[in-house]
Amino acid sequence: MSPILDIRDLRVSLRRGGHLVRDVSLSVDAGEVHGLVGESGAGKTMIAKAVLGILPDAARITGGVVRFRDDDLLQLPPKRLRSLLGREIALIPQDPLTGLNPARRISAQMTDMLRHHLGQSRGDARANALRLLQEVQIRDPEQVLDRYPHELSGGMRQRVLIAIAFSAEPSLIVADEPTTALDVTVQKQILRLIRQMQERHGTAVLFVTHDLGVVAKICHRVTVLHTGQVVEQGGIADIMSARATPFTRALMDATPRYDQPADALHPVPEHIHQELRATARRFDEANP
Amino acid sequence: MTGARLNWRIVVGGGVLLMLALIAITAPLLAPVDPLEQDLFLELLPPWWQADADPTRALGADSLGRDVLSRLIHAARPALIVAFVAGVLTMLLGTALGLLAGYMGGMVDVLISRMVDIWTSFPPVLLAIMLVALIGTGLHSVIIAIVLIDWTRFCRVVRSETLAQTEMEYIDAAVIGGLKRGAILFREVLPNVLPLVIVLLMLEMSIAIIVEAILSFVGLSVSSDSPTWGGMIAEGRQVIHQAWWVMAFPMGLILIAVLALNLLGDGLKTALDPVLRR
Amino acid sequence: MSGSLLLRRLVQAVPTLFGVSVVVFVLVRVVPGNPIAMMLPPGASLEDMERLRQAYGLDGSIPEQFVIWLGQALQGSFGISISLRQDVLELVLGRLPATLELAVFATIMAVTVGVLAATVGVLFRGRWPETLIDAINGFTLAVPDFIWALALILVFGVLLPVLPISGRVDPRLGTEFATGFYLIEALVSARFTVVGDLLAHMIMPAIALALPLAAIITRVLKNSLAEAMAQDYVMIARVKGFSRWRIIWVEALRNASIPALTLTGVQFTFLVGGTVLVEKIFSYPGIGNMAIDAVINRDLPLIQGLILSFAVIFIVVNLLVDLSYGLLNPRLRT
Repeated sequence: MSPILDIRDLRVSLRRGGHLVRDVSLSVDAGEVHGLVGESGAGKTMIAKAVLGILPDAARITGGVVRFRDDDLLQLPPKRLRSLLGREIALIPQDPLTGLNPARRISAQMTDMLRHHLGQSRGDARANALRLLQEVQIRDPEQVLDRYPHELSGGMRQRVLIAIAFSAEPSLIVADEPTTALDVTVQKQILRLIRQMQERHGTAVLFVTHDLGVVAKICHRVTVLHTGQVVEQGGIADIMSARATPFTRALMDATPRYDQPADALHPVPEHIHQELRATARRFDEANP
Repeated sequence: MTGARLNWRIVVGGGVLLMLALIAITAPLLAPVDPLEQDLFLELLPPWWQADADPTRALGADSLGRDVLSRLIHAARPALIVAFVAGVLTMLLGTALGLLAGYMGGMVDVLISRMVDIWTSFPPVLLAIMLVALIGTGLHSVIIAIVLIDWTRFCRVVRSETLAQTEMEYIDAAVIGGLKRGAILFREVLPNVLPLVIVLLMLEMSIAIIVEAILSFVGLSVSSDSPTWGGMIAEGRQVIHQAWWVMAFPMGLILIAVLALNLLGDGLKTALDPVLRR
Repeated sequence: MSGSLLLRRLVQAVPTLFGVSVVVFVLVRVVPGNPIAMMLPPGASLEDMERLRQAYGLDGSIPEQFVIWLGQALQGSFGISISLRQDVLELVLGRLPATLELAVFATIMAVTVGVLAATVGVLFRGRWPETLIDAINGFTLAVPDFIWALALILVFGVLLPVLPISGRVDPRLGTEFATGFYLIEALVSARFTVVGDLLAHMIMPAIALALPLAAIITRVLKNSLAEAMAQDYVMIARVKGFSRWRIIWVEALRNASIPALTLTGVQFTFLVGGTVLVEKIFSYPGIGNMAIDAVINRDLPLIQGLILSFAVIFIVVNLLVDLSYGLLNPRLRT
């Protein structure tokens, strides 16, 4: 079975020079949760944005292929890409506060895609939105629909965003650090919710995060990233074991866990950073 | 000012302004003919590119046979005098009141803000006309009218900027350091407000030129003989069907002056921005 | 809710109106030049002058005059115009519709052009259409409305005579109107030739008034739209597969409009103030046209009435702007 998302040698560079993503390859199978892990600035968000076609103006794609099913997303004409997005590919953003339009009701933001892309009537779309809100375990979905984002809590807003992502039954969801902006107690619930929905709908998820602890909870396979390069790739069991590379093991040690005191943290040793940065520099010299 | 850079807008805008100032200063030397001299044989003479033009009257003549070019040159004087004097005076009054309102707060602020509200309920043009009708015609009245009407422009901006500044820590530091309020106002707040004020001054000067033109258009500026751009426009309006250029040239010059000032203001804004954003 | 806001604003308006009345009253009566003397024939006696002064309420000290005037004003009587010999309220109300139609038409034009220009500018951010719009905008901002008025007359009235350069409607059409709102009446009664003629007369003064406002709207709206488009919810909307054009209209505009709206409210007052000159230049029969003559003739009661009407217009417009905030920003509603 061919993977649903197949990224080959993706290269993202800044317009003014310098690379952010250095020939990264990864693949996601149907129904798989694939973790994309790294520290801040490792390039994971750039990869996610490149897949979705929403790179910031200052960056551009300078090489590689992003295959979604049979299409190379990077070569698609804009109209075709727009029809794919939303229906087949969706996004769960990092910040539920800014991810919802403060000036529009929840119902509008949940039903607009259903009505526009899937041609549903207003009544049908609203019924579907209600069903989805129930699925993400929101009480009083009728009331929530008629509210504005500022009237909901952060956890509820993130559930709404998750509902929006799953609403058109996409084959792939990109989750960009969906729990980072939430309270620790809420994080676990949201993670569990995402996993449940993903299993129920059979959706593949590209899960971007800096937290290996999170990865351990819900991912099947993992790609570990540093300075825009793939450091390690494999099944969750391998990544989490002693067979992993030094960087990955160091990353695991550096990950805060609430059952460990803070001074038990060991930041990733500098020499590992140096080695990986050196690799990046060699890449840059070979590819100006 | 530290960090300020020269850019093309400052150069072009400032350059044009300088040229206009030079024209105004050297007007009697520069103008080819006496601007008041009437020659009825030259009535409504067309400008140089038309068939029956006179080479000594490059831009043609008006309905009384007066040379348009010479009048244009001489009219630069009242325009620029009003621009500089009214601009600076308005800046001084508005900035002073804005600083007071922003820094003192309380009743002083309420009073000044109410005044600003009332003032801005009047249509500015009408108010200007009323004031000049009140004080009598002449450049001094035009200047006074501009200052009395437009001080609110500076006051509003300076007040809000002062309010923003007074909430910053360096003010607290100064107060703790024992500086008197007046000293704080002058030595700490004012330098930070200054870039904003300078940019606004350019805008104010362009408004002054426009107001002077409007007032002389309506006949309420200097006495009718000595030329003003607005006055020339009014005269040109009368003969617009026979000699459209008599109105067009002074309009063009007002446009140049106003655009130059706006350009200069924009350039200063960009150049002083890093200072502004401190 | 918005009812109490309305009430509060109205209450705040009262001292402002009062202040305006006082200022105008004092200003206008300190004027040198005796309007009464201008009305009478040269050989008039002192008694005649006194009688006339009394008739126009110009006797007694200034505070006395103000109290009398205020009393009458609160009952709806604003005196008789000295230069036109008619009731001030009638005169003002007679001409007000013309100015209102012109101002509203100009504002609609300005908002339409401004919103379109801002939208195009944001869609093509960083490319040549945006630079072009910025350049045109900068130019338009600098030029005052009376220069636009004269330029329009020059180009479309004289050099290429396609439009009428004075008046409100062609007298040869012989039309009858029941109210002062000619355009609205003609539209409602489907008299389309009349509508065409009215528009032909209005379009140049309206453009002259609209251009400065359009330029400001474009600048402010483009900036706030650019900010709104950088928000995360726009990113989500793009991933939902909507086009940027649709996103601007459905998602961004309602968030970006607020600063532009405030400014429009303020600038509308400048626009109405601009009618003073523009109406004169186009001989358009509105209150602005009357104003300059009233001042030159020292027609105190008329000046008072006109300035008060301007002040009322400003206050009403500011009120409308305040109320519309609630519509645009749901957080302000509760």
